[in-house]
Amino acid sequence: MAQTSRIAPQDPGGSSLRTEISGALVLWVTSWGSAVVDGVTTVGDIALFAHRMFVWMFTRWPRRGTMMINFYQVGVLSLPVVALTGTFIGMVLAVQSYSQFHAIGFENRLGAVINVSLVRELGPVLAATMLAGRVGGAMAAVLGTMRVTEQIDALTTMGADPVHYLVVPRFLACILLIPALTIMADFMGIVGGYFYSVIILGIDHAAYLNNSSDYVSGYDLFSGIFKSVFFGGIIAIVSCYQGFNCEAGAEGVGKAATSAFVYSFVMILAIDLVLNIGMDAIYYTFYPRSSIL
Amino acid sequence: MNGLLEPTMVLSSHDEHDPDALLRIEHVSVIFGKQEVLHDINLTIQRGQTIAIIGESGCGKTVFMKTLVGLIQPTQGRVLFDQQSLAEKSTTKLAKLRRRFGFVFQNAALFDSMTIFENVAFPIRQHEVASEVEVKERVLKRLAEVGLAKDVARKYPAELSGGMRKRVGLARALILKPELVVYDEPTTGLDPIMSDVINELILDTRRRYPVTSVVVTHDMHTARKVADRVLMFYPRRRLGEGESQILFDGSPSDLEHAEDRRVRQFVRGEAGERLSEMAEDD
Repeated sequence: MAQTSRIAPQDPGGSSLRTEISGALVLWVTSWGSAVVDGVTTVGDIALFAHRMFVWMFTRWPRRGTMMINFYQVGVLSLPVVALTGTFIGMVLAVQSYSQFHAIGFENRLGAVINVSLVRELGPVLAATMLAGRVGGAMAAVLGTMRVTEQIDALTTMGADPVHYLVVPRFLACILLIPALTIMADFMGIVGGYFYSVIILGIDHAAYLNNSSDYVSGYDLFSGIFKSVFFGGIIAIVSCYQGFNCEAGAEGVGKAATSAFVYSFVMILAIDLVLNIGMDAIYYTFYPRSSIL
Repeated sequence: MNGLLEPTMVLSSHDEHDPDALLRIEHVSVIFGKQEVLHDINLTIQRGQTIAIIGESGCGKTVFMKTLVGLIQPTQGRVLFDQQSLAEKSTTKLAKLRRRFGFVFQNAALFDSMTIFENVAFPIRQHEVASEVEVKERVLKRLAEVGLAKDVARKYPAELSGGMRKRVGLARALILKPELVVYDEPTTGLDPIMSDVINELILDTRRRYPVTSVVVTHDMHTARKVADRVLMFYPRRRLGEGESQILFDGSPSDLEHAEDRRVRQFVRGEAGERLSEMAEDD
């Protein structure tokens, strides 16, 4: 009896609690591990997808007819919405900045603030965001539907490479036309900012324009347009990838379209940060004493 | 049968240089994640044969069919088309080889953004340099062969009925006169009359062209009518140890008298012990 009592569990309650905690810990580690592995696999998949796209792009140019449809969808149909949102963002900048600058008597410099912000940052990011929402989501939905209804398989069986036929024209349309959309967003933002500042708020017309031309450099304009090319590229690659890897059914297509926008937007901001750091470093190397507002 | 070609039936010939063999499937297994869908499939398909692949949903017949044309790469083994391994071909060479295949999809898989004319003309424009006059002539001829009028060519796929879309899919698959035509459930979702129209078109295609056909179906009427050889696949997870995944390989007339009870049950449409098996699966 004495021996039996020695080998009997001393604290069955505490032991089961320890088992539960260690089980939960293992579950937590494995779920995080699985998420990390999935993330790395997806990044690798996207890189391979992009590589396949670049190989096709430099091997054979898509047909003119296929290109034109995509150029029309990406460029012409996005222009009105980019112009409209550009105008509003210019006016919003004027509204937001005016009270601050007026308080310190610098309202005449409003043009510089609005226009530098627009051409360097807001114009390209806004144009890219609109493109991701309007075109990226649509690309993922169209390609996702094609995947679900076996149209992508049909292309393959007929000897057409789906990446060459479907992705390359969309990528080219995005990278070649996003600079034009950015210029439109910049231009309409400048017009909107000018309209609100000069016509509504009554800031001196000449002072507004002089300050703008003094502080907005060609490099600012160039950096915005240069960044936009990367934004366009990432929108096309991420959206097409989501469409190609769409899950079955209407829910799968909806998920692909949503993911296309969300991931594109996150990537736009991440690339924006990296490019800003790099381009600022280049700028200050060549122009160490830049203008300060 | 029906006065058509009488191809030699080969059950397990693996002669590397058999000139009559159009397709050779050697030890093909396909695994998705942890699920083995196809296990060690060995098969030779002779030129001119029409093979029906039957089997219940989930038995791997669609995966097998997609593996035949290189849409799915086998995890093990290889598929040889006219003595050329699909897996060893570069993307460009495989694309060229695919002009010798025709694939009729279950829901036709017509391109929504193109008219019927553009859909049927797509393979010509992809593989050949032909004048627009010639393309138009060939497309309209092929549409007429599947019983579709000229004015259908201007329509979009969404404007057509299911039966018409299937016929357009057939016209598109046949436009380059392929050597191998694969049909994925060609009669599924159609009324009995339209199903028989499709069966007749498959037979008519054989009469017109020296084509080898693989028809994946669970419609026994189609299998009996169009095929001169029937294969029955069985789901891998329900097979016994050492059993082949192909439960039946023979003439359609022998189906009713097959030795395997599961084949007879499938042919007669009897649930048998499936209900209790499904309860166990749950």
